[in-house]
Amino acid sequence: MNGPRSRKTGRTVKTGLLLVTFGFVVALVAFALSGFDQLGAIAAEQEVAADAAAASPYGPAPKLTAADYPSIAGINSRVAVWIFAQLHLWFAAFVLAVPIFVFIIEAIGMRTRDKRYDDMAYEFIKVSITAYSLTAVLGGALLFSLILFYPHLFTYLSTIFKESMIYYALLFFAESAALYIYYYGWHWLQGGFKKWVHLTLGLVLNAVGTTLMLLANSWLTFMMSPAGVDAAGVFSGDAWAAIHNFLWNPINIHRFVANIAYGGSIVGAYAAFKFLTATTKQERAHYDWMGYNANFIAICALLPLPFAGYYLAAEIYAYSQQMGITLMGGIFAWLFIIQAVLIGTLFLSANYYLWCGMGRSDGAKRYTKYIKYIAIVLVGAFLVWFTPHTLVLTNEELKALGGPYHKYLGPLGIMPAKNTAVNVMIIFTALSFMFYRRANKIATVSWVNAGNAIQVALYTAGIANILFLGIYHGYFTNTVYKVAASIPQVLTTLIVIVGSITLDSFIYRGGKQVGPLHWGRIPGRAQYALFLLAVSFTWLMGLMGYIRSGIRQHWHVVDIMRDASPDAFTPTLGYAANVVSVAAIIFMAMVIFVFWIAQVSGNKTLPAGYWKE
Amino acid sequence: MRQFLSVIVFSLLTIGFFAGYSNFGIPQIEPAPPPKEEKLDLGSMTMDQFIAVGEKLFSGKGTCTLCHNNLGRAPLLDTIGEVAQQRLKDPRYKGEATNIEEYLIESLVKPSAFVVAGFGKKGTNDAESPMPDVSGGSIRLDEAEITAVVAYLQDSSGAEVTVEIPKDLGKKKEGGEEADVAEAEPREAISDPEKLIAMFTCDACHMINGVGGEIGPDLSKIGALRNRDYLRRSILDPNADIAEGFEPDQMPEGMGEQLYVSELEVLVSFLAGLK
Ligand code: HEC
Ligand code: HEC
Ligand code: HEM
Repeated sequence: MNGPRSRKTGRTVKTGLLLVTFGFVVALVAFALSGFDQLGAIAAEQEVAADAAAASPYGPAPKLTAADYPSIAGINSRVAVWIFAQLHLWFAAFVLAVPIFVFIIEAIGMRTRDKRYDDMAYEFIKVSITAYSLTAVLGGALLFSLILFYPHLFTYLSTIFKESMIYYALLFFAESAALYIYYYGWHWLQGGFKKWVHLTLGLVLNAVGTTLMLLANSWLTFMMSPAGVDAAGVFSGDAWAAIHNFLWNPINIHRFVANIAYGGSIVGAYAAFKFLTATTKQERAHYDWMGYNANFIAICALLPLPFAGYYLAAEIYAYSQQMGITLMGGIFAWLFIIQAVLIGTLFLSANYYLWCGMGRSDGAKRYTKYIKYIAIVLVGAFLVWFTPHTLVLTNEELKALGGPYHKYLGPLGIMPAKNTAVNVMIIFTALSFMFYRRANKIATVSWVNAGNAIQVALYTAGIANILFLGIYHGYFTNTVYKVAASIPQVLTTLIVIVGSITLDSFIYRGGKQVGPLHWGRIPGRAQYALFLLAVSFTWLMGLMGYIRSGIRQHWHVVDIMRDASPDAFTPTLGYAANVVSVAAIIFMAMVIFVFWIAQVSGNKTLPAGYWKE
Repeated sequence: MRQFLSVIVFSLLTIGFFAGYSNFGIPQIEPAPPPKEEKLDLGSMTMDQFIAVGEKLFSGKGTCTLCHNNLGRAPLLDTIGEVAQQRLKDPRYKGEATNIEEYLIESLVKPSAFVVAGFGKKGTNDAESPMPDVSGGSIRLDEAEITAVVAYLQDSSGAEVTVEIPKDLGKKKEGGEEADVAEAEPREAISDPEKLIAMFTCDACHMINGVGGEIGPDLSKIGALRNRDYLRRSILDPNADIAEGFEPDQMPEGMGEQLYVSELEVLVSFLAGLK
């Protein structure tokens, strides 16, 4: 596809982008670091050498009034910062996630010596290069809008994170260097020792990228659960305490896993689009295979996500009961219903794609009759999850709702029921996946029937145990023990999944293939499941960004720095959904641009008679 | 191109569905606006009005109903008058209160002094209360407000109302002008330090360049003694450091709420320049 010349143009385009980005970022970092004094006297204050009299060189968090928030050209500052932050987060998640699985795929390729993996990994990383530039540009835009619209908040945060900001900038350069060497060195560093060097570069790239994310997360978690400062916001000088605040790790974990799933879903959408527009059979086969792998990665990351989510929620609760109730009990309780719709969509579309993919194998007929039952269970579990929990915040809101509990569905709204539903959903997704893997295989070991019986027993016992735990703890014990079910339930789920995968790998050891897999033999509508996955994921991330910031209520930094701007109120869900939707559409347009650029580099025009011979 | 368009349409429909569901599929609740930091005018209040203030605080700024409701997150308080008497006799009680009023105040500002059985923080075996100290953190009720809430609790649970409407706290209000400043419409930020000093009546208590009162320390050479951070802190949080030879709680708190950040810096720079 790529002639040598066109590849060169492609590189020029990218190098140009790269230079522009670098220039932009350098300018911004310089602006941010030096701009402190321009931001007004406050910032310079922090620099004043400690006088003998001073107990701490840091001042308390400023108390602001509405007049401290610049209003510029009638722009709604909150919406501006919100959209830039969200766009940046989307791209950052994508750019962080893609190298993680490119690394994995490259390693698989090295092990299996199947060059298709290497080519696919290369194609992924190529997509993420342009996305990388956009991430940086959007990060700059976010920084800029924060400085512009919330100067005092920015100044306060940067006095605390000043040191880590410098590392942030340094890491950013390290990340760029690693990424570009990794990408441009791909074809050079091939074979034997060189391939190992290349893989190591991938590892470095991922280590740097992850550290970068952790640092960024510390800013936002500091705002939720400030640490390293006293009640008035005076910084103790211990930067690590501020970074390593209470909610840092819970958010790190949830984000890390979510980002991988997200990256998978976006690459899946890319593959789906390429599949739909492919003109040759080989191309179709290639992109079908790519879509399958991307979806596979997304599912693997999707399975542990609910647990990471509940862990995060439990930690928020542990940090502050008030914040926990705001999260799960107030108007945000309705948000979790929307979240359930979205997560249900994710699970259903990922499963649907798997089921459609069974058509690639001639042996799948044996399993198709079970699919409808899986579908029914998934929808049922989804409906339980979907049932609202208690809904209270203030008396006025209570009145608006007419009561704390949903009239009839109350009993299904409690946590054990939801935990049960989640576990059931996960187990059945694993089951779908097992059918998919089995579809093209015939076991040859003598104990097939016994093995299958054990599998059935394992799943049955597991599901029964999960239901029993949920029902017993949910309805026959008092409040304190209600959550006690969650850990044994999760363990059951894990045992079933790990057990059945292990058992299956023995049952099918040395098994026969029904026939070659027909990559590319998948209906077009299955590709739409991949789009649905990507769009829902994007939108879900935006929605959860709203709740993460929303539970801070009228605080910039919880309990320490009050938001005195006219926008300190919590917007309604509908309003938030609209902002998220607009941002998601902008994001989609930018992603299309990214993919388009990746493709332009493959095009070439040979204008007849333009160049002199 | 056709494929491209149908993918776009499909994605837009998906987003449209999510947005539509969020707008029309679930009830739209207007979240309560952020609590106002209003000051109580205690001067001319009857006990009934005072109790009404307590009730308002109880479901509003105090956020008590967030937990004290019929969902079992925290004990109901409708019989707290009677309950408090039992608490005082409880062998587990280790607090310092001797009557209902003191018990209630203690429950509000030192929730862990006695933790109702079964309501403690998870894993602390009822040693630690999940209830926040309502005089701090994000609730931040002041003394008068806490008294009002206690009056409301006593009244609503049928106990005798023993609290008195605080009079001495009213003193803070005497500089009524200050309270007005906070309440007033947003005003232009002032950049002239002399004007600020006049407006916030610093010179009523402080000698500055030879003129002014003597209730507080002389500030005429303050810039040579203190650095800017110290100065800023003594305005925002007067009790953080007490000047030698002076008592705490003399200089009014809460000027930080009324000063704009830029004004605070003007003042600090001005004071720092007095050498
Ligand atoms: C975050 C939840 C929460 C908030 C907000 C809260 N409380 Fe509590 N409160 C509790 C819990 C839990 C207990 C029981 C544990 C204990 O005794 O400390 C309790 C106990 C009490 C008690 C003692 C009850 C008894 O039976 O001895 C009183 C009185 C009280 N709260 C009053 C208030 C008032 C007034 C407010 C508002 C200004 C308030 N609470 C806000 C959770 C809360
Ligand atoms: C009601 C009287 C009163 C008013 C009004 C007042 N102060 Fe004070 N101020 C005091 C007292 C008393 C002290 C000493 C006790 C302390 O440090 O808290 C003090 C301490 C200070 C100090 C610390 C001096 C040192 O050496 O520790 C500074 C600075 C200060 N005031 C500035 C101001 C400014 C600026 C204003 C006007 C915005 C102001 N004060 C208004 C009474 C007042
Ligand atoms: C399959 C289940 C889940 C999926 C797919 C999922 C997905 C996501 C995604 C994509 C994000 C955005 C992450 C980012 O901004 O980088 C997010 C954030 C969040 N999720 Fe989940 N989540 C799941 C379960 C849960 C559960 C069960 C809870 C709590 C009850 C939860 C609470 C949160 C919160 C509070 C955030 C905001 C934190 C942040 O900004 O990182 N999640 N989730």
